[in-house]
Amino acid sequence: MNQKSTIIADHREKQVLVNDKQKNQAIACDTHSVSGVVSQRACVYCGARVVLNPITDAAHIVHGPIGCASYTWDIRGSLSSDSELFRTSFSTDLREHDIIFGGEKKLIAAIDEIVIREKPKAVFIYSTCVVGVIGDDVKAIAKKAEIKHGIRVIPVHSSGFSGSKKDGYKAACHAILDLMGPEKVEVKTPHSLNFLGDFNLAAEAWIIRDYLETIGLELKTVITGDATIDSLRAAKSASINVVQCAGSMTYLAKQMKMNYDIPFENIRFFGIKDTIRSLRKIVFSIGTEEHVKRFETLVAQKEAYYQPMVEAYKRKLIGKKVALYVGGGFKAISLIEQFADLGIQTVLVGTQTGSKEEYEQFRKLTGEGTVILDDTNPTELEHFIKETGAHILVGGVKERPLAYKLGVSFIDHNHERKHPLCGFEGALNFAMEVDATVNSPVWDIVKTFKPNNETKSESKTKSKTKQAKKEKPFDVIDLTIEGGIL
Amino acid sequence: MIKVIKPDTDNATKKAVKALMTEIHRDDSKDRNKDRNKDRNKDRNYVNMQVNPCKMCMPMGGALALKGVKNAMTIIHGSQGCSTYIRRHMAAHYNEPIDIASSSLSEEGTVYGGSKNLKIGIRNLVNMYQPEVVGVLTTCLAETIGDDIERIVREVRDTGEFEGIDIIPIPTPGYGGSQTEGYFDTIKALMAYFVKKPIQVQKETEETKTPFINIVLSDATCEDVREIKRMVELFGVKALFIPDISDALDAPFTNHYNKLSEEGISREELAKVIYAKATIELGDLVAPNHSPALFLEEEYGVKAYRLPLPIGINNTDCLVKALAEVLDKDIPKALEVERGRLMDGMIDAHKHSATGDIAVFGDMNLVMGIAGLVLENGMQLKLAATGSMSKRFKEQLESKLDQYQQKAEILQDTDYETIREVIQLKGVNLMMGPSDGKFIWEKDHVDFIRVGFPVHDHVGAQRKNIMGYKGSLIFLDEITNHLLDQKHKGYRERMYQTYYPKKESHKPIQTDEAAR
Ligand code: SF4
Ligand code: SF4
Repeated sequence: MNQKSTIIADHREKQVLVNDKQKNQAIACDTHSVSGVVSQRACVYCGARVVLNPITDAAHIVHGPIGCASYTWDIRGSLSSDSELFRTSFSTDLREHDIIFGGEKKLIAAIDEIVIREKPKAVFIYSTCVVGVIGDDVKAIAKKAEIKHGIRVIPVHSSGFSGSKKDGYKAACHAILDLMGPEKVEVKTPHSLNFLGDFNLAAEAWIIRDYLETIGLELKTVITGDATIDSLRAAKSASINVVQCAGSMTYLAKQMKMNYDIPFENIRFFGIKDTIRSLRKIVFSIGTEEHVKRFETLVAQKEAYYQPMVEAYKRKLIGKKVALYVGGGFKAISLIEQFADLGIQTVLVGTQTGSKEEYEQFRKLTGEGTVILDDTNPTELEHFIKETGAHILVGGVKERPLAYKLGVSFIDHNHERKHPLCGFEGALNFAMEVDATVNSPVWDIVKTFKPNNETKSESKTKSKTKQAKKEKPFDVIDLTIEGGIL
Repeated sequence: MIKVIKPDTDNATKKAVKALMTEIHRDDSKDRNKDRNKDRNKDRNYVNMQVNPCKMCMPMGGALALKGVKNAMTIIHGSQGCSTYIRRHMAAHYNEPIDIASSSLSEEGTVYGGSKNLKIGIRNLVNMYQPEVVGVLTTCLAETIGDDIERIVREVRDTGEFEGIDIIPIPTPGYGGSQTEGYFDTIKALMAYFVKKPIQVQKETEETKTPFINIVLSDATCEDVREIKRMVELFGVKALFIPDISDALDAPFTNHYNKLSEEGISREELAKVIYAKATIELGDLVAPNHSPALFLEEEYGVKAYRLPLPIGINNTDCLVKALAEVLDKDIPKALEVERGRLMDGMIDAHKHSATGDIAVFGDMNLVMGIAGLVLENGMQLKLAATGSMSKRFKEQLESKLDQYQQKAEILQDTDYETIREVIQLKGVNLMMGPSDGKFIWEKDHVDFIRVGFPVHDHVGAQRKNIMGYKGSLIFLDEITNHLLDQKHKGYRERMYQTYYPKKESHKPIQTDEAAR
């Protein structure tokens, strides 16, 4: 087996793109992962869990074998101002005989037990892969349990194999709609809104709530960061919905528009510019002149305080190059802009589940020659990080060690982080984190590493290729003109 | 492999079978409950659920074992999520890239069988990684839909396309046991495969004449493996570690990252295991049918030693004595010195360690090993808990406790909900186990030493050394220092609050009359 190893596997060619603005390019996305290539994606259940788990006073039962629950127990940084029940992982722990004889009995008994002991406001039942195969009638069980216990028991159709993480988002949206019920609220509360697609990681939803309340607007419900069952039910009376994480929440926003007549807007609270733009958008759509005034005061204060500090970091960061590999398109787009704000250019961008429209945005927002990847894997990442000469990788837990092995700095942009990245405060945190990693003295030591047995000729050719790479041109474009959804 | 009623089978028969089976099932659960009531205490508060799980599933253990094999890649046959979650867990603990493929079963694969997916997957990963060994693990899903991986792998081999690559099917249904069984089963499967490879029967080569031993070590950190290796080498003998994760999962930084690890036990070495003088299996709690050492003894006559993990002086003595016996050699001077140093440290610590009211949880072998160190140092063991199911765990611990005239709660097949309650009830002041215990640490402020797998909220778990004389001493020091800190932290304030005479008590005692 001495042939050269493959970088881009069969059937993946169409999911790799080098941005060429002259051409009419389209990336293949929304496809099922190719077997055996070490995809970084998770499963439908994971998607459903991301969206629903932050609902604080519900019991979340994972119906399936133990692993699925074990690997997802309390790993996210969502915060609650109320119940902590959501952090408890309930699993029916299906074993061999349950797989053979069915898990229904166990599930029924499990719901009974939870309701008696924990008195949850509602119960969500997540079906995992095997449940989809052994054919437990989760829907019927949930129905019966509702009648028995007088609370909502909502099945989430999240068998891992039945699609991708995106389908899990959709399943979660269905569960939320199910909870809200079909009736419409005719008279909406004036100057009120819901904030869709924030999960209150490291208090992010609280930061935004504080801004909105300072301005004098009523934030009804964050879906689903720090949400309760009652607050989700109350969401129907809001005047508008604003959507941040578009990948997971656009579907819900559309449904809420259709069912409850609530219009929606896209917003984004990452980076100072986007935060201001988003607040302005909200204030102008549901506020009065008084609200606008307060908005202006708030922004002026915050900007005066935070902008100079961010600028100071920018001076240390300008000219660096970043590679992004994140879950959804929204995150990637906001990161491209946030890095641009710091004078850092995106040379590689990819997502696990981005949509066609989002990939089109990437092409607009990034320069010529930027590598664009859909559902990529460690092999491609390694190759393209080296090829583009990126100094920073942004990703999740699985990508971090790869960056470090390659001697590249790293930004955690996942659901486990413990520091807020949104709003003015977040913009500063972000700049600090980027600086802490990319300007660490550790890299200087690492760069001097020379293995004792490396032959001279080898190192020569290596430095040559490095030279060549350095010269590779990358367009720098002004994102403030071209980009932006606002 | 289990037989499963597929969703498309005739509904009436399905119902009938189900009805029949639930009858049986009901009876058996009744029995289990009777059993539980007989017990002094129940293992779990919830009957029908695991609440905050204290175990993982079989392919996790399998994937870990394969990480200690040179030039090996793993593919997990099932849906994408299982593989990704396992990778995430391992990456967070080891801080190493963990590349594990998935056959990415879709709806179609689930209904019509996943053979096509798995075959494509193996081809892709071979092209991308160029491995010598490919371990094919299964998941709950693959087993439930009844995929026969033996057959699928045979068909893959028969294509002749993968000449020179060893593709090994290893059934690890997630629900079939915990990560511990998955780990041992995978080691067993690797041995069984390689010792049967026809080309390997070159018995009398120079290599095999120099004596060596096999070591199967569970729950060890990379540093632990290195430490045990060093101890064996002091006897002047080579040990084959099956698997050997020491460098593969704790790789030094170099300027040429290789995504396929060249560290670990090679397939040539795996084929040699039957020529070893003995197999020493450290971590002896899995049922005999999962034990690689017993497998080699029964099938190939390689003497098996099953010993506890070498944590603490007594447990480490077991290993050292076994080594001396197998190799027919004296115990090396260096080890005597290390043992003496450990004893010296135990004396230094003993009055402080005596203040420990300890809870240990996690993987059963590790819990057992740590319990040994806890008891021999005069700490009070209050709780020993594992999520796995094991009779031996309870039996062995009980006899150990008797020996030290202690009583502790012993829980198997348990969850963290129950563990937390017992810790509260028993007034534990120091707990030890994987990061999952952080929930209790955060809520109830119980002091906590992270040890075992997974440790995802601290760094350096892969470098922690708790085994051997040296490691035991490092670990004992860590425990003692935690207990000392507890004593010193807030000492003055606490003493003042507890003993300084408060003003009210200075007041003269009021008689009834004076009060009037
Ligand atoms: S328990 Fe089964 S289904 Fe769940 S992660 Fe483990 S192998 Fe996958
Ligand atoms: S079994 Fe299915 S639901 Fe569970 S982790 Fe695996 S892919 Fe996800």
